[in-house]
Parts: sequence; structure tokens; C-alpha cells
Amino acid sequence: MYNLIGAGLIVIGGGIGLGQIGGKAMEGIARQPEAAGKIQTAMIIIGALLEGLAFGALILGK
Amino acid sequence: MVVVKKSINFIAVLVLALFSMFSYGDEIQHKPGNKVDTAEEINDYIAHHLKDSHDFHFYTHNESGTHYSFPLPVIVWTSNGLKTFMSSEFHHDDAGKVIVEKGDVKLVKLHSKIYELESGASTINFDEHHHATNAHKVLDFSITKSVFGMLLAGILMLLGFGALARGYKKGKMIPKGFSRVLEPLVIYVRDEIAKPNIGEKKYRKFMGFLLTVFFFIWILNLLGLTPLGFNVTGQIAVTACLAIFTVVIYMFSGSKDFWAHTLWMPGVPYILRPILAVIELVGFVVIKPFSLLIRLFANITAGHFVVMSLIALAITLKVSFGPVVSTGMSLVLSLFIMVIEILVAFLQAFIFTMLSSLFIGMAVEEHDDHH
Repeated sequence: MYNLIGAGLIVIGGGIGLGQIGGKAMEGIARQPEAAGKIQTAMIIIGALLEGLAFGALILGK
Repeated sequence: MVVVKKSINFIAVLVLALFSMFSYGDEIQHKPGNKVDTAEEINDYIAHHLKDSHDFHFYTHNESGTHYSFPLPVIVWTSNGLKTFMSSEFHHDDAGKVIVEKGDVKLVKLHSKIYELESGASTINFDEHHHATNAHKVLDFSITKSVFGMLLAGILMLLGFGALARGYKKGKMIPKGFSRVLEPLVIYVRDEIAKPNIGEKKYRKFMGFLLTVFFFIWILNLLGLTPLGFNVTGQIAVTACLAIFTVVIYMFSGSKDFWAHTLWMPGVPYILRPILAVIELVGFVVIKPFSLLIRLFANITAGHFVVMSLIALAITLKVSFGPVVSTGMSLVLSLFIMVIEILVAFLQAFIFTMLSSLFIGMAVEEHDDHH
């Protein structure tokens, strides 16, 4: 039960983080479409780092 | 003409995706004699699929209970030396009931692990937590399903890249056939992953590792989506091994500046330097490889879990929605997730290679400026 609540909290946190990254990246691409490639790569790296944290917490909580 | 060609490609991809979904479905239904219909049984089958196994199971006929599978060799180091036999001697038993006698060693298979019975014991006993009391695990070097998958990926890579290399050796600068698919990917890894992260001067030394890791992970992720039902990159041992390779490589190729910045950070007060050294060392030795291995493992496991759960919808929702609606729902949803999984297969290989090269880049970097 408690680990399910924990999993929910992790997903909320990860979702907020991914939303921030994605939203800001979209904004950046809209402002500067010619930098889209670079922004995308950076976005994926940061997303992956965040994902590592979230998955790490999920696995530890299991 | 172009339209026809494109739609043929599209239909081919669709048929392939559907075919693999049916095969996953078979895996859910593979209990002999009776069909799976409770949530616990479905969970059991999903857990069984996510684990490694000693035989290659395709399909079980529901009425007769016949298994369509082929056995893989079991190679174990027991208390009485090396023993080899085919996994078919266990007769698909996974609960420790069938005992295989090799010389004076008795072996049983329990939850996809091979146990050796203590001397004198004739059946396996359990305590209240379902742990075996009179048997212990043996050193297992078997060619399991995952090992088979890795060998298959290795052979595929040898064939594909061997052909590409032979083409270059003959002096043909434009590759032919399947090599045309591989060349852009190799150049992509070089120009988009290695060069920007490691730097123009030093990237060449690490290309071998990065390319191998990229294609190894990608091919295994894609094999996991085929009807063969591999789950190799979803085994934590495999991803841990790949992460350890990365750590060893960046630790041993670290420049003088890297070690100076890790162990005795210039430009910070002297009191803080030992604390920073501990933080940096833990970061490089533990946290970075841990996040690498957890990311790949968790993504692939979660992907397989979601696909199988969505296929299981056809069974779990049959009571409340009827067979047509539940099957349709599970078909549409699992097709959608399958397509996403094809993207994830590439993305995870890309991320692993990208972060590996980022860490290697941090380690080999030389600073000209002095703080």
C-alpha cells in the first residue's frame, strides 16, 4: 500500500519535471526553429537523467 | 507507384507488429490443460516472461497440453564438477518436482534457477517463505534464452558489419544492400554522439565501444519486440555488465585534469576539497553507472510489462464487456504501445551511448584554463 503511494508520488514528481523540460524545449524551438536539433538532443539527455532518478526510486521502493 | 510501394511497406510493418502481438498472447495462455483467466495467473505469466529461462518456449496447445519449444543446453558447476545436459530433461518443470540425476548429483529447476539437492535428500523441501531448505544454488553457465539472444545479436552484427567492412576493403565507397542501412547509423553515432561529447581529437579511440554498445542494445531491444519473446536488455545482469564496461573505460582513460578535479578540486576552499572529492568519487563510481543500468533495465521491463498487460485485457475484460469489445480494445491499445516501443528501443540505445560518451568526454577532457 505505502509503496504504491510512493510510486504515485514519484510519477507526479517525474511528470512535473518532464513537463518542465518538454515545455521549455518547445518554447525554445518555437523561438528559434533553427536550433531545434540541438535543443532536442539536450532535452533528451536531461529527460534521460530525470528518468534515471525516477526509475531508481521506483526500483528501490519495490 | 510510390504510393503503392509505401502502402505495401506500411502493411508489412502492421502485419509484423500484429504477428508479434499474437505470439505474446500465446505466451500468456501457455498453461497446459486449462486456460488462464484470473488476474493472479496473468501476473504469473508476465513475471515468467520477464525472467530468463532455460528453454525456448513458443506455444502450448491448450487441449492436449503439448509444449512446442526447443531445449537449450544446461551447463552447471556442481559440488561434483561440471555437468552438462539439455534442459528438456526437466520436462518443463519449474517447481522443483523433476529431479535430474547426473552421477551422484541431483539437480532440480525451481523458478528458472537450478538447485542442487544436498546429499541424502530425495525431494526438495520448503520453509514457510517458499525457500528451499535442503538444496542450494549452483554456478550456472547455461546457454539460457538471454545468452542465446546475445549470441544471436552478436552473429547478426558480425554478418552485417562484416559485409560493410568487406565492401570498404574492396574499394567501393558506396555500400550496397543492407550495408546502406548501417552506414548512416555508424556515421550518426560518430557525428552526433561521439564527436560533440568526447571531442574531435580523442573520439576515435572510443568509437569501437560506443558503436558496439549502441548496436548491441538496439538489436536486443528490437529482438525483444519480435515473436521470439526475448527479454535480454530487461535482465538487470546484462545492463549492469554494460554499465560496468562504461565505468572501467572512463576510469582508466581519465586524464590528469579529470583526477585533479575529482580528488582535489582547484578553486574551492581547502576545507571543502575532501568533501567534494567524496561526492565526486561516489558520483563517478556508483551513481552514474547505477542510473545507466537502471534506466535501460526499467524502460525495457516496463515496456514488456505494459504490452503483456494490455494483451491480457482481452481476457480480464471479457466478463464485463464481451469478447468482441475486449479483444478490440486490447488489439488497438497494444498496437499503439508496440509502435511506441519501437521508438523506445532506438531511444534507449541512443541514450545509453550518449550518456556513456558524455561520461567518457568528462573524463578525457583537458582544461587549458587555470581557476
